[in-house]
Amino acid sequence: MSIIIDETTKLVVSGLTGREGSFHGLRNRDYGTDLVAGVTPGKGGQEVEGVPVFDSIAESVAETGANTSMIFVPARFAAASIDEAIDSGVRTVIAITEGIPVMDMLGTYWKAREKGVRLIGPNCPGILSPGKANVGIIPAQFFDPGRIGVVSKSGTLTYQIGNELKQAGEGNSSIVGIGGDPIVGSDFIDILTLFEQDPDTDLIVMVGEIGGDAEERAAEFIAAEISKPVVAYIAGFTAPPGKQMGHAGAIISGSSGTAQAKKEALEAKGVKVGESPTEAAALAVETLNAG
Amino acid sequence: MDLLEYQGKELFSRHGLPVPAGSHAATPEEAVKAAEALGYPVAIKAQVLIGGRGKAGGIKIASDATEAQEHADAIIGMDITGPHGEGPFRVGELWVEVGTEIAAEFYASVILDRSEKKLLVMLSRMGGMDVEAIAESDPEALVKRHVDPIDGLTADAAAEIVAQAGIPGEYADQTATILLKLVDVAMAEDATLIEVNPLAVDSAGKVIALDSKVTIDGNALFRHPELEELAGDADGDPQEAMAREKGLTYVKLDGDIGILGNGAGLCMSTLDVVAQAGGSPANFLDAGGGSKAEAIIDALEVITSDPKVKAILFNIFGGITRCDEVARGIIEATGKIGLDLPLVVRLDGTNSEEGLALLADSGLGNLHYETTMLGAANKVVELASGSDS
Repeated sequence: MSIIIDETTKLVVSGLTGREGSFHGLRNRDYGTDLVAGVTPGKGGQEVEGVPVFDSIAESVAETGANTSMIFVPARFAAASIDEAIDSGVRTVIAITEGIPVMDMLGTYWKAREKGVRLIGPNCPGILSPGKANVGIIPAQFFDPGRIGVVSKSGTLTYQIGNELKQAGEGNSSIVGIGGDPIVGSDFIDILTLFEQDPDTDLIVMVGEIGGDAEERAAEFIAAEISKPVVAYIAGFTAPPGKQMGHAGAIISGSSGTAQAKKEALEAKGVKVGESPTEAAALAVETLNAG
Repeated sequence: MDLLEYQGKELFSRHGLPVPAGSHAATPEEAVKAAEALGYPVAIKAQVLIGGRGKAGGIKIASDATEAQEHADAIIGMDITGPHGEGPFRVGELWVEVGTEIAAEFYASVILDRSEKKLLVMLSRMGGMDVEAIAESDPEALVKRHVDPIDGLTADAAAEIVAQAGIPGEYADQTATILLKLVDVAMAEDATLIEVNPLAVDSAGKVIALDSKVTIDGNALFRHPELEELAGDADGDPQEAMAREKGLTYVKLDGDIGILGNGAGLCMSTLDVVAQAGGSPANFLDAGGGSKAEAIIDALEVITSDPKVKAILFNIFGGITRCDEVARGIIEATGKIGLDLPLVVRLDGTNSEEGLALLADSGLGNLHYETTMLGAANKVVELASGSDS
């Protein structure tokens, strides 16, 4: 099995007529994802390589039965698109867009929660369930089907770790990029819960970075609720306080949100934390084979 | 993006929050002129982006022109280090404001609480010390309340916060109004942090914002062009200013190993791995998906403009970006800018073999290549320390 996306995913892409949206949307289709529709206001009736384009997400849901929405809309309009997706009847919204103002996400976050729609991202690489479906920008060639679930704030760091797992002969149930923004729709805890329930996930790799306290809260949650082994990696030990390190959410505020504090919180709850991506991948393989 | 005190106060003013009258000064002469116009006593305040300015000697009261001159001379050009080791920041500008006789000091703030996904209002009757000290010395004196994401902060909720914080009755209405306005400012101006410490009562019984600390969401600057113009001003560091101009995500650090990676997470991880190998990174630079020669030239120009840099590490994991394209970009860029520093390139992922072959054939003597992060980190540390001798 896998989590969030699989063979039953019917994908509608907001922004499919744009450069990035069409490149990645069609790539997802080439992988085997059932891409049923695109949405661009004012371009309803057009087609992108045989995929019908609609004026609204709700219309695409009514016409095609789309159940998962991917948002590839420029940042200043993206929150409105996510809101539209939440109201459209899809069960999952995956927002790739980077640079959405956080005040916009405050309202959108609570709207998704209230309507019971799962929101992943924004500012994330999406989700890959190897062998089943790919929604987002994750390069699928580094991941084989397998027993390790991955949840991560970072894209390239995940590819790095995925590639090391593949070279060690291991694969993944799903890889979920939750995004590097201060407010994301789903946190580590939400995804850990899904991996815990997934019968085909035997071990979870969690990739965190400086900023906020999602890793610390995950540590508490793992101790209380997660029976499967978790291996972690945290980036940003050398990051200075008060500086935003690429991702909008990756910032140490005063003395809180440091990599050291996150590592200690995880280790205190028995989670093994690798010193480098290579060591984290090795720890995951070792733990999986010992279990 | 953090605002300087005076920029924050100008923002407050625009939203009708009471602040002392003041003027900006870039030189001691301007400071004296401003002081003469405002009337004595005046406070002469260093404008740097950190707390603890008072303790560091960056805020002084002047009661005449001679003192104003003396203090302004002393403060301009001084280096101030923050309470958490931030900086040091060199003082390049001053804010001169009417001296306020303080009858009481409170603390007020509105911050984005990432954990709860809501705005958080905090108020204490104990102002003038930092919020961690308030929380430590008397946790009950710091009242915290989340703002409802749908209804916002209601007048009733603001009044309750003020009562619970024990703000004396005669200042309660003014303080409640200020809390409501601070929440408005946060939402209208995309401020993820607004701290007023102290929120002071002056000798006339008026509650005013005597200091300001404001952080604006960099992702929202497109709808605040007047704030975006300030962005460059606060950048004291020449490399950071240059990177901003070129549109690169760059953070200056203390070391001598220049770093370029693709992706923020991988780039942070690269810094950590270099530090573990015994090296000291000079910067963070996320090249993103940029594989084109122009982007690499821009990145190399910023990195090499830091005179401390002795060696450079490119850490690239090609996903959708192809390593052979990156290799071509690197070869073209190093040729164009005549780079003579040792350059370690780690290429892994999509088309890495083709990329490595291109590097091997390039004939560039200063170019070293590796396939693993750890190998590349060890190599660049060795090269950086070797160039000492």
